[in-house]
Amino acid sequence: MVGNVAEAEDLTQEAFLQLHRKIATFRGDSAFSTWLHRLAINVVLMQLRKKGLSLISLDEAMEPAPEEGPSRSFGAPDLTLTGAIDRLALERAVADLPAGYRLIFILHDVEGFEHNEIASMLDCSIGNSKSQLHKARLKLRDALRAQKRPEERP
Amino acid sequence: MTGDPGKMTCAEFQAQLPELVGSGEDAAAHPHLMDCDRCRALLADLETIAEAARQLFPSVEPPDEVWAHIESAIKREGK
Repeated sequence: MVGNVAEAEDLTQEAFLQLHRKIATFRGDSAFSTWLHRLAINVVLMQLRKKGLSLISLDEAMEPAPEEGPSRSFGAPDLTLTGAIDRLALERAVADLPAGYRLIFILHDVEGFEHNEIASMLDCSIGNSKSQLHKARLKLRDALRAQKRPEERP
Repeated sequence: MTGDPGKMTCAEFQAQLPELVGSGEDAAAHPHLMDCDRCRALLADLETIAEAARQLFPSVEPPDEVWAHIESAIKREGK
């Protein structure tokens, strides 16, 4: 999420400190793993906000905002991402996603969580999780096609 | 919204796509895609991205010193 090992280690430490401080508030309303994940996600989001890197907050990502979203695929014929995607290009595109989209994309497509688990962690509806994941993938498609375009044009 | 899924516009199909893909249905079998190259290409791209994502960011186990730092920080807080 933060793209930096040292920072990720600091945030790991912060998440465990938060766990130590807040463990008494765990009421068992959700699975412990969900509660811990949510706590860790909040630590990461607070850090992103501190750094001013969050172009779109989690709350904003949970709200439909078409003007912030990816383009839809109507109109003239355009490039498609045929074959395998370059891993580094995709990692760059993921790093450039707004934080809210990046979070849902990483939780679902990279880490393999289901929409119902993500909805519990982020306190949003399952439909919202599906819709934000879709927008994240569309934005990645836009970014990857933009990277491809200069090479393919003479 | 049209009643016949095969007669859907691209906008109608794409509005349904998050639910269609997210619910695990076989989106590629949707009647709209039978004669819409653009939406077929869109879906193929999104599937390619989701597939490629599994290769990203292999999980990294924090080194022992991180656990040592956490332990000492918790001990400090406990005092």
